Amino acid sequence: MIEFLQQLGKNTRTGFTKLGRGTFFLLQIISGILSVLLRPRLLLNQMYSVGVLSFLIITISGLFVGMVLGLQGYYILSDFGAEETLGVMVAASLVRELGPVVSALLFAGRAGSALTAEIGLMKATEQLSGMEMMAVDPIKRIISPRFLAGLLSMPLLTALFSAVGIIGGQMVGSGLLGVDEGAYWSQMQAKLDFQDDIINGVIKSLVFGFVASWIALFEGYDAIPTSEGVSRATTRTVVNSAFSILGLDFILTALMFGDN
Amino acid sequence: MQHTNTQDTFVGLFVASGIAGLFFLALQVSNLSSFTEHDSYTITARFENSGGLKVKSPVSSAGVKIGQVSAISFDPKTYESVVKLSIDKQYNTLPDDTTASVFTAGLLGEQYVNLDAGGSDEYLKDGGKIEITQSAIILEKALGQFLFKSAAEKK
Repeated sequence: MIEFLQQLGKNTRTGFTKLGRGTFFLLQIISGILSVLLRPRLLLNQMYSVGVLSFLIITISGLFVGMVLGLQGYYILSDFGAEETLGVMVAASLVRELGPVVSALLFAGRAGSALTAEIGLMKATEQLSGMEMMAVDPIKRIISPRFLAGLLSMPLLTALFSAVGIIGGQMVGSGLLGVDEGAYWSQMQAKLDFQDDIINGVIKSLVFGFVASWIALFEGYDAIPTSEGVSRATTRTVVNSAFSILGLDFILTALMFGDN
Repeated sequence: MQHTNTQDTFVGLFVASGIAGLFFLALQVSNLSSFTEHDSYTITARFENSGGLKVKSPVSSAGVKIGQVSAISFDPKTYESVVKLSIDKQYNTLPDDTTASVFTAGLLGEQYVNLDAGGSDEYLKDGGKIEITQSAIILEKALGQFLFKSAAEKK
């Protein structure tokens, strides 16, 4: 019993210590962002590996998510004779929820895990301490550009996901199932608001990009410098990112869409 | 370097397509492109009951959308609903004896304001008032009256 309590206390303490380290790390990243802006080449290289390489998985997933939404939505809506509102259903669910959340989860799986493994390996092979020896700040040189690239790529990826998904829903809805194409678009335009829906979706994706990149970089930087430690850190990145994204999504939805 | 050049191109393409996606969402999906504040004028209509009318509900005349509801408030003195309609500037020839009524699109659809043009030579101007209005038909009320009437006829 005593041992159990001791273990519990120890785990709680390590948890808080880790959170504290993470917060301190975040402040270091943010203070390093300014020097990234002076060297845009670093940011560009990271935009390539974080953003461009996630492009394909995001667009293909978006297309299929949109097509499935179109198919499922049609079967349910046709029971009520309201097939014309298919566009509203597909667009609202993509722009408000599925776009930001699914693309953030894919981002954490595709780009986040790669970031953790890269930085964990840099630490394990002592490249980071080597940089410090040469008086190069690894936070400014390695971490901050990756963070900024993740933060900037996320809204773009989310917009692509939603746009491709809406087109996919239209392909299935009016191409395959015979929903009127004009009604699909016009109902959507009548019901969706730029401020309430699109901008809130972009805000969500910015928050998710912030959290996912932060977790991925911190887990890599904090990893035990062995091959096992790096593999564990990579797993933790995906699990923790998924938890944070889904939990934050609930809070953000409650704040943004609570009043209607 | 050859390698970095192609990388730059890909990043450029990625950013451009992301922004194109955002534009697509803004213009094609949401109603950003339709009515903006500066090219419209406002007229006021007072209804006994405006029913389920909301801000941004459409205002149409002869079945064509010509504007939207910009504000709804309750007048505590006359117990009426004061509805502000912002009408697109290009439709500035509405006669001042135009009738406004709250209709429902279909049986369960959303409610909208319908304007029926009158025969007057004077046109409604910015800040003008519509004198003749017809309230929303509340389904429960109509059903209640119908039931009451048929019960009275049976006696």
